Amino acid sequence: MTTASIKETTNIGVSKPRVDVREKVTGAAIFTDDIQFGAGLLYARVKRSPYPHAIIKRIDTSKAKALPGVKVVVTGEDFPHRTGLYLKDRYIFARDRVRFVGEPVAGVAAISEEIAQKATDLIEVEYEVLPGVHDPVYGASPEAPLLHPDLGNYEVPNFIFPVPNTNISNHFKVRKGDVDAAWSQCAAIVEHTFRVPHVQHVPIEPHVAIAQVDGEGNITLWASSQSPFAQRNLIAKSLNMPESKIRVIAPLIGGGFGSKAGITMEAIPVAIAMKAKGHPVKFRLTREEEFFTNFVRQGLVAKIKVGCDKDGRLLAIQNEMYWDGGGYTDYGVNITRAGGYSGSGPFDCPNVKVDSMCVYTNHPVGGAYRGFGMSEVHTGIVQAMHMLSEKIGMDFAEFLKLNVVQEGDKILTGMTMHKTGIKECIDKVTQAVNWGIKEPPSAPNKRRGKGLAVMWKAPAMPPNAGSSALVKLNEDASVTVLIGGQEIGQGSFTAMAQIAAESLGVPFESVKVKGPIDTQYSPYEWQTVASRLTWSMGNAVRNAALDARKKIIDMVAEAWGEKPEDLDIKDGYVISYKTEESISLKDIVVYGIPKPDYSGWVGGPIVGSGNFMPTYVTGLDKETGQGERAVVHYTTGAQAVDLEVDLDTGQITILKAASAFDVGKAINPDLVKSQIEGGFVQGMSSAIFEEMKLVNGVMQNPSFVDYRIATTADIPKVIEAYIVEAPQDDGPWGARGVGEHPMVPTIACLANAIYDATGVRVSNPPLSAEKIYLALLDAGVVK
Amino acid sequence: MSFHRIILTVNGSTEQVDVPGNMTLLQMLREKLALTGTKNGCAAGECGACTVLMNGEPVNSCMVLAAECDGAEIVTVEGLAQDGQLDIVQQTIIDEGGVQCGFCTPGMLISARALLNRNPSPTEAEIREALVGNLCRCTGYARIISAVKAAAEATQ
Repeated sequence: MTTASIKETTNIGVSKPRVDVREKVTGAAIFTDDIQFGAGLLYARVKRSPYPHAIIKRIDTSKAKALPGVKVVVTGEDFPHRTGLYLKDRYIFARDRVRFVGEPVAGVAAISEEIAQKATDLIEVEYEVLPGVHDPVYGASPEAPLLHPDLGNYEVPNFIFPVPNTNISNHFKVRKGDVDAAWSQCAAIVEHTFRVPHVQHVPIEPHVAIAQVDGEGNITLWASSQSPFAQRNLIAKSLNMPESKIRVIAPLIGGGFGSKAGITMEAIPVAIAMKAKGHPVKFRLTREEEFFTNFVRQGLVAKIKVGCDKDGRLLAIQNEMYWDGGGYTDYGVNITRAGGYSGSGPFDCPNVKVDSMCVYTNHPVGGAYRGFGMSEVHTGIVQAMHMLSEKIGMDFAEFLKLNVVQEGDKILTGMTMHKTGIKECIDKVTQAVNWGIKEPPSAPNKRRGKGLAVMWKAPAMPPNAGSSALVKLNEDASVTVLIGGQEIGQGSFTAMAQIAAESLGVPFESVKVKGPIDTQYSPYEWQTVASRLTWSMGNAVRNAALDARKKIIDMVAEAWGEKPEDLDIKDGYVISYKTEESISLKDIVVYGIPKPDYSGWVGGPIVGSGNFMPTYVTGLDKETGQGERAVVHYTTGAQAVDLEVDLDTGQITILKAASAFDVGKAINPDLVKSQIEGGFVQGMSSAIFEEMKLVNGVMQNPSFVDYRIATTADIPKVIEAYIVEAPQDDGPWGARGVGEHPMVPTIACLANAIYDATGVRVSNPPLSAEKIYLALLDAGVVK
Repeated sequence: MSFHRIILTVNGSTEQVDVPGNMTLLQMLREKLALTGTKNGCAAGECGACTVLMNGEPVNSCMVLAAECDGAEIVTVEGLAQDGQLDIVQQTIIDEGGVQCGFCTPGMLISARALLNRNPSPTEAEIREALVGNLCRCTGYARIISAVKAAAEATQ
């Protein structure tokens, strides 16, 4: 059973307190770096490439090896197998050449972090520097140097389409209708190129991982990880070992936002620990390394052309996207795919042409970042729609409501859109900011404006990404829920406790969901990504709880000589509707129930199991991007802001921000609102402050001082969050995910508002005060 | 490497510790005293995750050498609750939903406590200013600011 019956509940749609909160406010919560390993602990550091593109001519590790306190030095020679989440294009340590600044070239383990660092400084590497690729449009051209000559031989799943002998590691296409024939029918056309810079996730907890290899070669890895199971699988593949010899333990995560998904630095301590058996080897990134050596959000150049008829109805969308994938695109290829199959934005349009190209460059490696390409895609497509609405002379909210995707529409890939509340989202946020009413600014040197944006996003994952769960009852009738999905701050453990309590019929307070996730004991979960846990893992937990419930009821029915259908579990008691008898779950769920007159026992310790995997996702045609159902569902939403622009400084002040998302069903409304608020601020931060300044592949601003993120001083006076609920047919109680979505529309929303305020379009983030002021100067708005 | 023997008070207990000259207060708390509630987010005094009270003032413990702490009185997040009773700002940050991943929370709570100690009824602008050095990537800050307001009101 995956479709929950909608009935009155006491645990669903209720803002229960977080199950992990007390330990987090007392300091008792254990994060990866808090685990104590004792005197045998070694510390790892990494020798990194200083060049964006170079051949490795020679590595001399002899001086490093001779340094007292150094235990192990490894290089790419020691690890010959390629790895990668989708496209297997990278080594743990570079072997023949380096392709980005910061790429690991050698690793050291020593008795202290200082000695390990000193040893890496003693490693001599001789390079032959090669010309680099620092722009994805150039990288996709035939003139660019080839960064991966072996691209055609890399292992890749059948839904990724590398173009051998180019730098394009995935070319995803959509061909719906005929855009070329449609342009002549259009009453208005807008063409614009949008550029989105690289940004960084910036979790406050830097990446950290500790590996230990025992005498039998069994590997244990403790990691701040969104993906313990995927990491186990990827490490097994890259070391050519069975998964069963590897155990990944993932405690609470201090923020991930995608950066701790897939695998990046976690393989390094594993590789080193294999040469230092018995010793735990800890590797933690410095904040500086955190900025450019790990996954980044890819840059994007999007060449967009959109057109509509005289009534404002969309006729054609063309979106040509060049993703700046970086030196390796093992994860980036699938971001490009997701960007492609959602590349029209949430609009109904008869003619759509999308080319989404993942391009190798000599920049940091792109990976998952909250939104998985959607912030970048929406930055362009939603601004283009705003420009088009103005050109045809329509209010933008009306234009959006005329054109947004609705139930029954054939979307760009041919899939039939399910029920969605996007129009209701638009209504909620436009009402919140008094849309359509021009309000005066607070001072003569300010201009006031309002902005609006819509979004959609589907979970981007393999078609058969699965979840599983166990529900275990204890002597005191408490319930332990075992899952493989992570608590990353979003509140997943709390939502799972609510789902288990409701499905089983026990009080919320009696349900325990705790980390760490441990691949040896926790049931399988693909990854904590894609806003998929509430929906996918929620289904698995519900199924496991229903399985446990059935076992309990069957046991009591047998003991009482009643029919199971006459029994129910309420508030921790099994009750009979027929005899009105009841019995506490206490003791019976472990010890069973005695038969009369010492004639034996019924039952035994209760454990329920459940799983969930979407079985209906189909492939998409390589040339047309058409297929029956490419994704499981789309979560949609809208955002609006009311802001002021200071003409003297270019600085913006957001007076009010309002967001609404269709979450299907909010299992815990307060946690949903928390995601929406926090996501808005992260989106706002990326929109107005953030940019990895790359000069010839070297990041110029790898610190919190030079790469500024939003602080308490920057947030809007008012942040409002609205929940819309158009139920998901296969979600628990109709739920679908919302973790990533709140930051997706924000760049476009702010850019549209700045235009509304000043009449000047600053289309490329960051929408910094400096950039806005210079644009106002250019346009003659200020002198 | 020179070692220093220091005696200090941490969360009300007297501690004697031998620390190398280059060890920070943050490292000493985490590695010598097993007080891992205080977090390392940047080791450069830029993120506030390692904030502790030193003689009543909030400091980035990654920027203070342990050897400087001889005779000091240190309060970490573990020292906020008394006999299992949460500090009011710990309670209000729970009530207002100001915790997500929880990694910035210890430093945030210490900065909030320091503010309320010196100014029991801060304005919103004063709260924002007091927390400006504590970075949070999850919550968007609004609920944390509300929590400090609520703590101040509850103490009136």
